[in-house]
Amino acid sequence: MTPEEQNFMRKIEAEEKIEPKDWMPADYRKNLIRQISQHAHSEVIGMQPEGNWITRAPSLRRKAVLLSKVQDEAGHGLYLYSAAETLGISRSEMIEQLQTGKAKYSSIFNYPTLTWADVAAIGWLVDGAAIVNQVSLQRTSYGPYSRGMIRICKEESFHQRQGYEAMLALAHGSPEQKEMAQDALNRFYWPALMMFGPHDSASAHSQKSMEWKIKRETNDDLRQKFVDQTVKQIEVLGLEHPDKNLKWNEERGHYDSSDLNWDEFWSVINGNGHCNRERIEHHVAAHEEGEWVRDAIAAYNEKKRAKKAQNAA
Amino acid sequence: MSDAIKAATLEYATRLGDDSVVLGHRISEWVSYGPFLEEDIAYGNVALDYIGRARMFYTYAAELADDGRTEDDFAYMRSDREYRNLLLMEMPKGDFAYSQVRQLFADVYYTLVLPQLLHSKDETLSAIAAKGIKETKYHLRRSREWVLRLGDGTEESHKRTQKAVDSLWGYTHELFDMDETEQMLADAGIAVDVSKLRDEWHKMVSDILTEATLTVPEDSWAVRGGRTGYHTENLGHMLTEMQITHRSYPGCQW
Repeated sequence: MTPEEQNFMRKIEAEEKIEPKDWMPADYRKNLIRQISQHAHSEVIGMQPEGNWITRAPSLRRKAVLLSKVQDEAGHGLYLYSAAETLGISRSEMIEQLQTGKAKYSSIFNYPTLTWADVAAIGWLVDGAAIVNQVSLQRTSYGPYSRGMIRICKEESFHQRQGYEAMLALAHGSPEQKEMAQDALNRFYWPALMMFGPHDSASAHSQKSMEWKIKRETNDDLRQKFVDQTVKQIEVLGLEHPDKNLKWNEERGHYDSSDLNWDEFWSVINGNGHCNRERIEHHVAAHEEGEWVRDAIAAYNEKKRAKKAQNAA
Repeated sequence: MSDAIKAATLEYATRLGDDSVVLGHRISEWVSYGPFLEEDIAYGNVALDYIGRARMFYTYAAELADDGRTEDDFAYMRSDREYRNLLLMEMPKGDFAYSQVRQLFADVYYTLVLPQLLHSKDETLSAIAAKGIKETKYHLRRSREWVLRLGDGTEESHKRTQKAVDSLWGYTHELFDMDETEQMLADAGIAVDVSKLRDEWHKMVSDILTEATLTVPEDSWAVRGGRTGYHTENLGHMLTEMQITHRSYPGCQW
């Protein structure tokens, strides 16, 4: 090990944060860029399935809450792009990687939001799963990422509460509303579990990420936490648990549950879910339609600059 | 409050609520469609302000009506023929220039209307105006900046922005119309006499358009009807989408 590497590993072991100007192994940097940009893209693409219901929200209060939530997601996207930029990649490069499929985003957003209850389920389950992961990432070794997570977690827990509260209103509502809630739970429960990624044994990036403390807990451990915490929440809603094999395991102190449909997981990751193509096309279309606007700003700023220079001369 | 004043105030609050909900809805259509992420956030912000304002006006209208209706009944259970919003607010989102020009026209309007409404003898309307004034300051700063940049940006952005100004101009005249209801309320010190604000609006807007190298249109055409429920074809489609979930499950709580 070079002295630089030794110093880096010493900091990691001492739980000191790595900061942008510190020396870091090229693979650490690469790994972080991959993870943070993927996280940023997830926030941005995640605006679409929820945005799908802004114009159809069932009450003014729900419309306001949803607008505010989607706006927060965009804000999270911004912090995360900035955190990734400290590692020497630009936002436009990241956006290009997203649009060309080189960078991924959370597969959960390739599932369609078909009813209002899906918006509630996303708040409750998807943001709930995201929090389990993000709480753990507050202790990640890279300083800007860790600080971003601390800030994001506060807002996410508000999202999760509002999602659960919206679900509660449905579950305790009319028979149609309750049916809508059950249907959303049935569809979103499994993909929410898949958000934690493949089994540890099949996870390509896990081992190195754990060693460098980019990740602090394994996919399977985090997933188990989420399974455990959700059981009681489903009970309070009075809905049926989608997993018929769910069983308390006294010895482990955890719930045992069905294995996930990994074929579906890989198929959606590889671009073949219900909405993969549309999500990217939507992003590309908005980006392309915005080009003349971005050009206008550049031209305007250039004119102002030239004028200022002329006045100064 | 006399019955006549009460009925007129209910109508007035409903009109202002309609303006806010319709414009707020139109702005919200931009979320995830903006030219960059910061704009998605800004649009969400402005939309939220308008939806918030609509809720306050409708809540007050419901209180005056005192017939068991709620803010949501006003928003979701009235048809386009019953809506009383200004036509400018219901025009589709169009391109980015179109939305920003509409926003500029609306923001200058509220910059003038709300400080007047602040002096209303009706305390609720005055309180809503107080909140709106702060928001509008930010809204106008934003739409003004955008119109300057788009008007004086590239040839294409200039062309699009001028086209938006020309297509929307004819819908701005009714912003300053008064009818019997509003006149009665204005005489009672409750409503704003918007007819007195037209010149100032024209001056402020003209100054911004001129600075943006855009041409201020001649007043050669005007379309009116929002306050009597005589809308463009756009509102029906907008309400169809906005009201579908609420109306599909009658009487439900959300």
